[in-house]
Amino acid sequence: MADARKAKLTIREDEAAHFGALAAEWWDPAGSSAMLHRLNPVRLAFLREAIDLHWGTSIEGRRPLAGKLSLDVGCGAGLLCEPLARMGAEVTGIDAAPENTAAAAAHAEGAKLDIRYMAGELAEQDIGTFDLVTAMEVIEHVADKPAFVAQLVRHLAEDGLLVLSTPNRTAQSRLLLVGAAEAVGAIPRGTHHWSDFVTPEELADLLGAEGLKMSEPRGIAFSPFKGLHLSDDTSLNYIVTARRTAPPST
Amino acid sequence: MSDTSDRRDLLILGGGLVGMTLALAAAKKGMTSHVVDRADPADLTAEGFDGRASAISTASWNLFTNIGLAQRLEADASPISKIAVSDQLKPGQLDFVPDDPADTLGRMFANRTLRLALFEAAKDEPLIHWHARAGVIERRRGEHGVSVRLADGKELEASLMIGAEGRGSPTREDAGIAMANWQYDHRAIIAGLTHEKPHGQVAWEIFYPAGPFALLPLKDDADGTHRSALVWTVAERDAAGVLKLGDRAFTAEVEKRMGRLFGAITGVGPRSSYPLGFHHTATITAERLALVGDAAHGIHPIAGQGLNLGLRDVGALVQVLDDNLRLGLEPGEAQGLARYERWRGLDAFMVALATDGLTRLFGVPGETASAVRRFGMAGVQRLPVLKDWFMDEARGVSGDMPDLLVA
Repeated sequence: MADARKAKLTIREDEAAHFGALAAEWWDPAGSSAMLHRLNPVRLAFLREAIDLHWGTSIEGRRPLAGKLSLDVGCGAGLLCEPLARMGAEVTGIDAAPENTAAAAAHAEGAKLDIRYMAGELAEQDIGTFDLVTAMEVIEHVADKPAFVAQLVRHLAEDGLLVLSTPNRTAQSRLLLVGAAEAVGAIPRGTHHWSDFVTPEELADLLGAEGLKMSEPRGIAFSPFKGLHLSDDTSLNYIVTARRTAPPST
Repeated sequence: MSDTSDRRDLLILGGGLVGMTLALAAAKKGMTSHVVDRADPADLTAEGFDGRASAISTASWNLFTNIGLAQRLEADASPISKIAVSDQLKPGQLDFVPDDPADTLGRMFANRTLRLALFEAAKDEPLIHWHARAGVIERRRGEHGVSVRLADGKELEASLMIGAEGRGSPTREDAGIAMANWQYDHRAIIAGLTHEKPHGQVAWEIFYPAGPFALLPLKDDADGTHRSALVWTVAERDAAGVLKLGDRAFTAEVEKRMGRLFGAITGVGPRSSYPLGFHHTATITAERLALVGDAAHGIHPIAGQGLNLGLRDVGALVQVLDDNLRLGLEPGEAQGLARYERWRGLDAFMVALATDGLTRLFGVPGETASAVRRFGMAGVQRLPVLKDWFMDEARGVSGDMPDLLVA
């Protein structure tokens, strides 16, 4: 891994290829990304609350991100970028797989949304800082997690808001997310490698090392009656915000 | 689709009571809409007492209050203070009376009154673009939006299409959504009655083996004439004959069934009728399409719940769309529609089944069946829990309520 890390800081090529192959179906709500489509309103609800709390915007407003710069890392085909743009942000989406950003750009054009998509490695981009940085269901796919978190923080404006979601590394997630969900086809096979999952404690440490304080994690749980929903149960998947505790030392 | 047209959030096909209320409720939440209707508003609101009336449940009234319509309507409301259920006017009557005398079991309105209030409110609403006397030639639903072409060549675009044309919804047919459907072999005869004595704000449901005979209290005329709306269910084979009766013969038949409850019948308005059936779609959504009101579920008018059910659709759909828009999701987005489907599908089906069961129960002829029914009604009369449940159903305040339907 040491050699690969030099050239490709965080992206694992096999992961990028796996998701690139799924690109064509990204926007089909009944296709192979169905689980992500169902997850989207849940994580957006968390994100909306975090936005209103962070910037003091009205919970009723339709464009709480007006005038804000927003970066979505591991944007896939733009499932999160498009809502961010509708909420008023000037959005940049970046993804390791060019197939994804191509699908994202095509969809944004159809939806008449102006979003900048970039394919490649975050570390190699000179794109400045952003008020809101999101990386949803990404950190579990990267090889060098400290380096990845450092890149996220490098692109976060001083008073910016960082939001991350990822599967927890628990017995439940091993059984359900990797085992059962892939076995029944709810999630495409090979999507997750359980040993790469990060626990909330580990994530807090990763963020702390970069001078960020992480919020209490909120769980994203599943029940047959409510479907996917925000919960106190973080054993499967969780979502957090993080912000700087002190001005950066640079 | 052309880029120059006026793309809106909603494309509402059908501007009846449900479609219009939807456009208004959506506008209150900042959503723009096109509303397409075939009819000429002047015809729909023309003077005349045709007896078409609707019971507006407490929950529906909350919706009207929340969208600013209640103020316009308050003066025309005829509150229902009691629902009397009777088996062929024999002893053992079942009365539903709210605990608090200030409370009502709903409000009666002539449909014309509702239509006028909705038109007036919609006229003042800049977010609603009304297309009257307009026929739809072609419907299109795609990945990024929906559109229709009108007979005059105009193209209308939106994020979400809504079928609100009532039972025979061509939008539903066009989407290939099948409907479970059975006829009762019965027809509802509808007429306005004027009568000698006041109705005392009582709604009557009198059950006969041929079907229910319902009297719904309307507001007195300007000159103080007492009025009620009649919904009389007759067997299909008898319907043509009943409709052909002269005023005097018709009045005699009506008096035979309601006795002297309201004294003499002094006048009867023009009669209309429609076939009764059980209609329910397996699904109420498709790609960028939602069905509301009778387009999704037509129910028996026995309990006066048809419009209320449609207004609950409106409340749920507007809430789902409003939540979507707060999260930067489009009105036509699939997860929101799935939520609307989960929310409304089962509720509407339960109400439809319950009214279907009621119709069948009271449709059993014979003295024994009648005695069992009266025994059952006496039981409900004595059991407060069961009675409260029935009243909550009539008020429409049971189940998971959309915010717009809560006071």
